[in-house]
Amino acid sequence: MEKHFTDSKVKGVSTGTTILAAIFDGGVVIGSDSRASIGGEYVSSKTINKVIQVHDQIFCCMAGSLADAQAVTKTAKFHLSFHSVQMEGPPLVVAAASVLRELCYKNKEELQAGFITAGWDRKKGPQVYVVSLGGMLISQPVTIGGSGSTYIYGYVDAKYKPNMTREECQQFATNALALAMGRDNVSGGVVHLVVITEKGAEHVVVPGDKLPRFNDE
Amino acid sequence: MAAAASLMPNFGQQISSKNDLVPNWTSQEVSTGTTIMAVEYDGGVVIGADSRTTTGAYIANRVTDKLTRIHDRIYCCRSGSAADTQAIAEVVAYQLGFHSIELDEPPQVETAANLFRASCYRYREELMAGILVAGWDRRKGGQVYCVPIGGMLVRQPVAVGGSGSSYIYGFMDSNYKPGLSKEQCVELTASALALAMERDGSSGGVIRLATISEDGVERRVLLGDQLPKFSTH
Repeated sequence: MEKHFTDSKVKGVSTGTTILAAIFDGGVVIGSDSRASIGGEYVSSKTINKVIQVHDQIFCCMAGSLADAQAVTKTAKFHLSFHSVQMEGPPLVVAAASVLRELCYKNKEELQAGFITAGWDRKKGPQVYVVSLGGMLISQPVTIGGSGSTYIYGYVDAKYKPNMTREECQQFATNALALAMGRDNVSGGVVHLVVITEKGAEHVVVPGDKLPRFNDE
Repeated sequence: MAAAASLMPNFGQQISSKNDLVPNWTSQEVSTGTTIMAVEYDGGVVIGADSRTTTGAYIANRVTDKLTRIHDRIYCCRSGSAADTQAIAEVVAYQLGFHSIELDEPPQVETAANLFRASCYRYREELMAGILVAGWDRRKGGQVYCVPIGGMLVRQPVAVGGSGSSYIYGFMDSNYKPGLSKEQCVELTASALALAMERDGSSGGVIRLATISEDGVERRVLLGDQLPKFSTH
């Protein structure tokens, strides 16, 4: 497979990665792989967690330059906690996504990071938002990102159904990430999943030996 | 699975031309940026391709036939530069026809694949061609050989190629199992091609399928409303 040009211009440590978020009946699953690499040649971390908590029931996943993503999420976390104090209540998921979008759009020349934001709020229930590289914000029921995502577009299109159960959605997310990690050399390690519902957020880690295997391995 | 043919994403395509008064396709090479697929089953092979040929953003041919006959029971699926792949296929068909007359029996699929590899490797600096060679012969039954850009040759039970192939690796890995029947292979190929055509801008149109076995070649076309559909989201 000829190398993608997706992350080749990112300098420094890049999260050449696979990230995913999907809505199920009653909540949302957001997940990622755990590999960070330099120039696609050296794995600088095998177990990095790319699912960052920005508020109690709002998480986001980053793709692109690790430094940019960490800086942006730190700023967003600060803005959101301030906003939540002003509003005297938990922020809406769309507010979190909008904060990220503002940062990405205003600094689009310097930044090279994209985000998936997923969470639960009282107004609209489970939601998934994607902020892409230039700062576009859209809402989707399921979305994938990162260099490994190209290999699973077909799988996600075929397998995702609205209103799945929590277990089905968790299995779908694990399978999709495992398939991407099997084809993308800059994605790998373990699968980090966070399942967010009205009751709260639960972090699930699927280690390498428990990942689903597909028959050609 | 080893590497399959893939068109480089930026080849012959631009996001927007600087001068919008002159359409950018006037200066682009004709490319079969495409999705192609071939699967072996017990008794033959199933091959499939989309039908879009582009020059930049213009679709030069929306009903292209990318499944090219090389011999009675040997076909190739073409991806990459339309000119390069047509030229190579003609040369190989000629060489194979001659060889088959000398042998006085139908040629082996492996021979056809090696002829493709010889041309693709020798002229690898000048060519942009990713080819899947598939067919049936009496000695080894149904076989699929992959000759990606660069001129490697490898036999695989199932292979995908072209720019759209990246999007369906995950689907292929999870849905292909050894020992599928002919109908299951056809369904797998049609579904995979439909998924790739939905996501890849350089693939689209109709799905052309062919089944090659001892009994001969059966060709089918799946038109717009007959394409497999997946839940839209």
